[in-house]
Amino acid sequence: METLILVIIGLLVAPLVGGLIAGLDRRVTAWFQSRQGPPIMQAFYDVAKLFGKEKMVVNQWQILCAWVYLIAAATSVALFFAQGDLLLVFFVQAIGAVFLVMGAMAAKSPYSQVGAQRELLQILAYEPVLILVFVGFYMVTGSFSIDAIWAQDIPLLAKMPLLYLALGYALTIKLRKSPFDFSTSHHGHQELVKGVLTEYSGPYLALIEIAHWYETILVLGVCALFWHTNVAWMAVLLLATYMLEILVDNTMARMTWRWMLKRVWVLGMGLSVVNLIWLYAR
Amino acid sequence: MFGSFIKKSRAKSPWIMHFDCGSCNGCDIEVLACLTPLYDVERFGIINVGNPKHADVLLVTGTVNHRNKKVLKNIYDQMPEPKAVIAIGACGNTGGVFREAYNVVGGVDKVIPVDVYVPGCPAKPEAIIDGVVMGLAKFAQKVEEAE
Repeated sequence: METLILVIIGLLVAPLVGGLIAGLDRRVTAWFQSRQGPPIMQAFYDVAKLFGKEKMVVNQWQILCAWVYLIAAATSVALFFAQGDLLLVFFVQAIGAVFLVMGAMAAKSPYSQVGAQRELLQILAYEPVLILVFVGFYMVTGSFSIDAIWAQDIPLLAKMPLLYLALGYALTIKLRKSPFDFSTSHHGHQELVKGVLTEYSGPYLALIEIAHWYETILVLGVCALFWHTNVAWMAVLLLATYMLEILVDNTMARMTWRWMLKRVWVLGMGLSVVNLIWLYAR
Repeated sequence: MFGSFIKKSRAKSPWIMHFDCGSCNGCDIEVLACLTPLYDVERFGIINVGNPKHADVLLVTGTVNHRNKKVLKNIYDQMPEPKAVIAIGACGNTGGVFREAYNVVGGVDKVIPVDVYVPGCPAKPEAIIDGVVMGLAKFAQKVEEAE
């Protein structure tokens, strides 16, 4: 019963908080550029407006792919809030990521195609890091279940600080922020005019936006597990992490996919492996 | 309730797309000036997108000629309803000083329906922002009439 309530809270609250974070993100970005920026509710206005637009699709595949992306993202958040298995959460969110790529590949447009290829490379970069972080959880707690993490009495950050840094790479890629925002970005005027999202419009674009809010909450949730002992410190950790993400987003330019693979595989996976060896040797 | 929130949101989140039908670049840089920190149209939720499928408002600058009228029509057709078109500058409105030229069709309204005309050579950023706001009122009215 308690699990069911947690799942319902997760499903309802995650998109609301995700949308607010997206709004705050734009405000802080505007502040960095000495502008005023849109209202904090802006992300909700955007999505509501998109729902009210004409349903235009290139082919039926896009509808399926947008829905599967949203359902997979929501399910992974629900599983996360149900204190489920981290590996299951990981695989369910991977299904969503793959369906986003499939939706982009379903359209003939070159922008969408190139965006899909780049999205695949991004998945290739962050998924191993994410799985190594989960392996780290396993080595500390002896289980992939989130329940086992809550049973720990000292914060995990003390035992796996390097894995947290590596998770920062995965977070930046997953949030599609600079320097890793080459499959799509929040600026519609990049060289790929939104890449994987080029061929989506109206309500289906709104579905993808909501799925993105869910994913934001999922990755921030994984970050939150690193300081589960104290809610205040958890909030400080999340705030600091997200502010750093926005700072990096605003100070870095977009890089090439080769740069990303080198950086994330060598540095991200290197940090993870060093931390894992340390956990093993201890 | 959700329906009224959608209606309210339309005016709060106009995504604009800018198409240049061979303007002298005067109006174009004024359009882009609206996006700079000085005018900061993003505070009204306006985003400049590069994709007609994401756009709500089409800003057209420059005279339409026989070569680009098909492109203009194509871009207009790719935008999902509800949408608004704003013609910017003397050339966009009527063809301007080029209207007698042999290759020129005339103003934007010769090819696609225009909702708002923003005069000027070049149009001032304030006038462009006013035009977008007026365009939003127009397309809210169009949606009401359709319903």
